[in-house]
Amino acid sequence: MSEPATVRSAAPEMSVRVEAVTVSYPNGNVALRNASFTLEGGSICALVGVNGSGKSTLFKAIMGLLKPAAGTVTIAGQPVKAALKQNLVAYVPQAEEVDWSFPVSVWDVVLMGRYGYMNFMRTPRAEDRRIAEESLARVGMLEYRERQIGELSGGQRKRVFLARALAQRGRVILLDEPFTGVDVNTETAIIALLRELRAEGHIMLVSTHNLGSVPEFCDHVVLINRTVLAAGLTSEVFTEENLLRTFGGVLRHFRFDESTVQKHDGRAVTLLTDDERPLVFGKGGHVEYSKRAGHEDVVKKRAEGEEDV
Amino acid sequence: MIETLLTPLHYDYMLKAIGVSAVIGGVCAFLSCFITLKGWSLMGDALSHSVVPGVAVAYYAGWPFAAGAFVTGLLAAVGMGFVKTKTRLREDAVIGVVFTAFFALGLLLISLYPSQVDLRSIVFGNILGISNSDIVQVLIISGVTLLVLGFKWRDLLLFCFDPNQARALGLNTTALHFTLLTLLSATAVAALQTVGACLVVAMLVTPGATAYLLTDRFGKMIGIATAMGVGTSIVGAYASYFFDGSTGGCIVTLQSLLFVAALIWAPKHGLLAQRARRRIAGGAEAVL
Repeated sequence: MSEPATVRSAAPEMSVRVEAVTVSYPNGNVALRNASFTLEGGSICALVGVNGSGKSTLFKAIMGLLKPAAGTVTIAGQPVKAALKQNLVAYVPQAEEVDWSFPVSVWDVVLMGRYGYMNFMRTPRAEDRRIAEESLARVGMLEYRERQIGELSGGQRKRVFLARALAQRGRVILLDEPFTGVDVNTETAIIALLRELRAEGHIMLVSTHNLGSVPEFCDHVVLINRTVLAAGLTSEVFTEENLLRTFGGVLRHFRFDESTVQKHDGRAVTLLTDDERPLVFGKGGHVEYSKRAGHEDVVKKRAEGEEDV
Repeated sequence: MIETLLTPLHYDYMLKAIGVSAVIGGVCAFLSCFITLKGWSLMGDALSHSVVPGVAVAYYAGWPFAAGAFVTGLLAAVGMGFVKTKTRLREDAVIGVVFTAFFALGLLLISLYPSQVDLRSIVFGNILGISNSDIVQVLIISGVTLLVLGFKWRDLLLFCFDPNQARALGLNTTALHFTLLTLLSATAVAALQTVGACLVVAMLVTPGATAYLLTDRFGKMIGIATAMGVGTSIVGAYASYFFDGSTGGCIVTLQSLLFVAALIWAPKHGLLAQRARRRIAGGAEAVL
């Protein structure tokens, strides 16, 4: 928004290419085997899989924290190391990874995004300050610049680290579970910002287990379970069949035809979920159960009230 | 009265002791901010004990004590890293095993040749008897440490705070890791002179820990810690003349007293402030 669109379109095409990557840990565990996918900018891509499926391993490989035992990662046609030197890859960590009592202010954190552009002593220049300020303003956190990071709410914390990624001018932004512990308003604001960045040609790789939000804002999906099971456009890849393959038996089901939801509920059904088992309310706000068995009396009583079966 | 207070300053050895303690206290305190934030306090304790065999060997061989100490300190650090990556042991167990092994070896060496090295001066420090050549070594170590910290503190801060981001920016985190480890060994060697192997860890942790309770800003934390390190070292060394007690004991006792004071009265993170906040929260609920 604050950056003229012409500058962005002049920037080179961004791409992330993961080719036959295998990563194993020193104890012999193979965390990721023969993983391949390609992303072209601008794109918002969801990285979906269960815990321990290799999501963070894949992130680490793209950030150069782990060296693949086989295969290659290229960013904008270059090896990871060269891409890092150009500050192309930015990272928004998971909330649990950050020590929130660390004595740094919001401003300190955002300036850390500029280190790659600073001199040997990392003295911020006027340019660095201007970009840091602009980035904070873009996520709406400028007025909090003097706060210690632990004094912020979950959503504000997330926005500060997003501002750091913006200050870094990263063209590939990795977001690890960005919506965990974040209120709905912040989630909406973050998604809006990601869409703007996509329009500017950035690639966002979002690790998430929040399945419902994926079709809302991600144009691409990579499904992962120790390898890449499927990757491509959300409309093609994000299917029930693929999700069942990705999650095995882990996904929780709520089948309406097996549940206590009846004809009288019609479309007046409310589904609440925090990503766990969904809570379903029928018409008039009564609780529905996922299986009719054991709740026959409830079904009968409600059917009598509404005169249907 | 004033005459009595000034007596220590008439002695050359007291002036030296106060001056050298102040330098070491300040440098250790500066570094202690990074050590406490990185969670390396135990590592500091381990390294300060691991330098003992090096000091012993250096004295027999006639090398500068710092060289010998430095070598065994780094050997211990590398040893700990090796055992940790190659076994399933937890870090605390690895540190415990490795540093006591080095310390035991040092004690053994010293007891085999008791006439050449004074065990007490290594374990408890002997700043009052410090030789001029040792002062030179301490000053060199302190100067280099201050230079490195002065130039690279922002990198080291990021390394402590968010090593992944440091890597993503293309910073060499392995080099930063070893820089911090080397500075830790070097200052542990220097502090050995003032307070001895047993109390080095206090100089490398207490000022940083105290300052951490008092502020949420890194810049202020460094200022408070360094002022505390220099102040307690000067006062401690000076006061030890009157008590005729251990200089190291005096300095570290002072630091511990300041820590306890911060623990109780720190404006935001102190025990009293926490209690007041809880009471206010409770009061607010009662009103509702």
